[in-house]
Amino acid sequence: MADGAAPVLDVRGLKTVFRTRGGEVHAVNSVSFHLNPGELLGVVGESGSGKSVTMMSLIGLLPSPPADVRAGSVMLGGRDLLKISAEELREVRGAKVGFVFQDPMTSLNPVFTVGDQIMEPLIRHMGMTKTQAKQRAAELLALVGIPDAAARLKSYPHQFSGGMRQRVMIAIALACDPDVLIADEPTTALDVTIQAQILELVKELRTKLGMAIVWITHDLGVIAGIADRVMVMYGGQVVEQAPVKELFSNPQHPYTRALLKTIPSLTGAREDRLQVIEGQPPILIGAPSACPFRARCVHAFARCEAENPERRAIDGRAVGQGHDVACHWSAGGGDV
Amino acid sequence: MLDAAKSQAPLVQVRGLKMYFPIYTGLMRRHTGDVKAVDGVSFDIMPGETLGLVGESGCGKSTVGRALLRLYEITDGSVVINGTDVASLGPEDLRKARPQMQMVFQDPQASLNPRMTLADIIGEPLNEHTDWNADRKLARIYELMDAVGLNRRFANRFPHEFSGGQRQRIGIARALALNPRFIVCDEPIAALDVSIQAQVVNLLEDLQEKLGLTYLFISHDLSMVRHIADRVAVMYLGRIAELSPRDALYARPLHPYAEALLSAVPEPDPSRAQTRNRIVLQGDVPSPANPPKGCNFCTRCPKVMDLCRSVKPDLVEVEPGRMVACHLYSSDSMTAGSTGATEAKERSQQGESL
Repeated sequence: MADGAAPVLDVRGLKTVFRTRGGEVHAVNSVSFHLNPGELLGVVGESGSGKSVTMMSLIGLLPSPPADVRAGSVMLGGRDLLKISAEELREVRGAKVGFVFQDPMTSLNPVFTVGDQIMEPLIRHMGMTKTQAKQRAAELLALVGIPDAAARLKSYPHQFSGGMRQRVMIAIALACDPDVLIADEPTTALDVTIQAQILELVKELRTKLGMAIVWITHDLGVIAGIADRVMVMYGGQVVEQAPVKELFSNPQHPYTRALLKTIPSLTGAREDRLQVIEGQPPILIGAPSACPFRARCVHAFARCEAENPERRAIDGRAVGQGHDVACHWSAGGGDV
Repeated sequence: MLDAAKSQAPLVQVRGLKMYFPIYTGLMRRHTGDVKAVDGVSFDIMPGETLGLVGESGCGKSTVGRALLRLYEITDGSVVINGTDVASLGPEDLRKARPQMQMVFQDPQASLNPRMTLADIIGEPLNEHTDWNADRKLARIYELMDAVGLNRRFANRFPHEFSGGQRQRIGIARALALNPRFIVCDEPIAALDVSIQAQVVNLLEDLQEKLGLTYLFISHDLSMVRHIADRVAVMYLGRIAELSPRDALYARPLHPYAEALLSAVPEPDPSRAQTRNRIVLQGDVPSPANPPKGCNFCTRCPKVMDLCRSVKPDLVEVEPGRMVACHLYSSDSMTAGSTGATEAKERSQQGESL
């Protein structure tokens, strides 16, 4: 989208380590990305690829210990979120950054009404009175498409279905007009027809409110439908980043290519046999000194074992701006 | 595979299967209603065939799978597997019938006993159903581990030492132990990562080819079902909405629910995703304790007619091999008025917009 505009969120060299009995787990390793105003950035990866941990570390949601955010900077609204106090960070969460979690049942408090839970950030962050907050909460519920909003404020989470609960979560995240909305697998727990409803809602809200969104998912189909730009993560690192159409039409990293091939298609030719990515995801104990994908990569060669590849632009633009990939093989290696 | 199967008798024959779970309320725990999880389901599965069973959560697809293996005492109907009516067998006969029908569960973490080693888990069915000596059992266990691609060295390890994909392989090995003919795969890949799903599906297909297995493949992943199944049944709220050969269903779904369900699946292709005509269903699935009076889908159906709200449609063959439970395709509705014509018009409009 707007390339010239300053990004609303700028993350550089983020490193998060978990201290465990088995050693240090490098869950997030030098992750850099930015989010332009009004943009939807899709983050794709398997479980354990570090996509959720990245997002949670940047707004301080990880318990420390065991988590330790070692390095990097997270610039939001002129401040580095990694350097500010816990009190200031609390103001950022909710007010500046909204978060939607995967499972709407466990992330809503079952003993408070939905209304109370939407009003809480309004009173806490926006300094509204109870009456004002109540009115705004009803508006928000209507905004996310819940019929008879004012009356439903008195309902408890268990009285809503899964899709409706996720709508409530989105209403809470939107309550204080955040600059950035982080959605962590928001539709994974939902059925496809309900997922389609939520995706439509998010598209509609984007055009209405114009906020920037980070959408974490493992479902490439969802990404294809809503994202502007995609970041593929593997083993705690960003392995490829590109505008959505470019990524699907011209994938560079062997992992991205394999991932696109393993999903059977709903239309088009039916493969007799599914392509597989052999092996298991890596265990991230110890400092990463080699490419995390090397053990499963069909193109791996000596250099992949010796050196962890850096992200490298393939279209002449700066890393993060156009299409970049972290791979020795796609850099023309292999015969080196 | 299918052509050969057509001349044979079906291996699994389900007729009017009903599974109601009673609701008791009040101080006296009176029986006040039923959750109609499965409400009159009939289908056949041919030897060597894979029948896909798809639907959203709560539609009763897992209940069908479990009822087929008689993990539930079914309310009504018959389930004939390999010539025996499993639904009416007494306990001892049922036990004897169990080796021919097995199950692979969704969550390999929960379906494997954490205190048993891999060899114990795979060997347990052998302890139960054979009188083999230890050597013979061990030989069989190794054979099974080879078949599913587990290293023999792992025989004495515990489930927690394995990854999700490997655990699912253990579950499959256990299901294979007694040489079953029929396996119910209840969402076997739902808990696995995308890159591991393909490994397990390929394994299931290899085993089917090698051992001539018959599968009921229960899943909510419509693109994976397209890959593995020969025929597909789409369930909605305890009933089958459509049962069609795979290619016919995916090319041209007949039932409005099947059509909406397929259109809701996100396509991993950005240019197609933008041009695709997506049907977004309004509202949620009604409660199976209190289903609508007429067609179960009438509360959300974009093509609903008056007739749908009062009469439940039966599953009838509308084209060779294609069964649909929808008034749009029954002869009653054609005579009932102009509905047939409007339906045809709607179809042609859709054809244009595609």
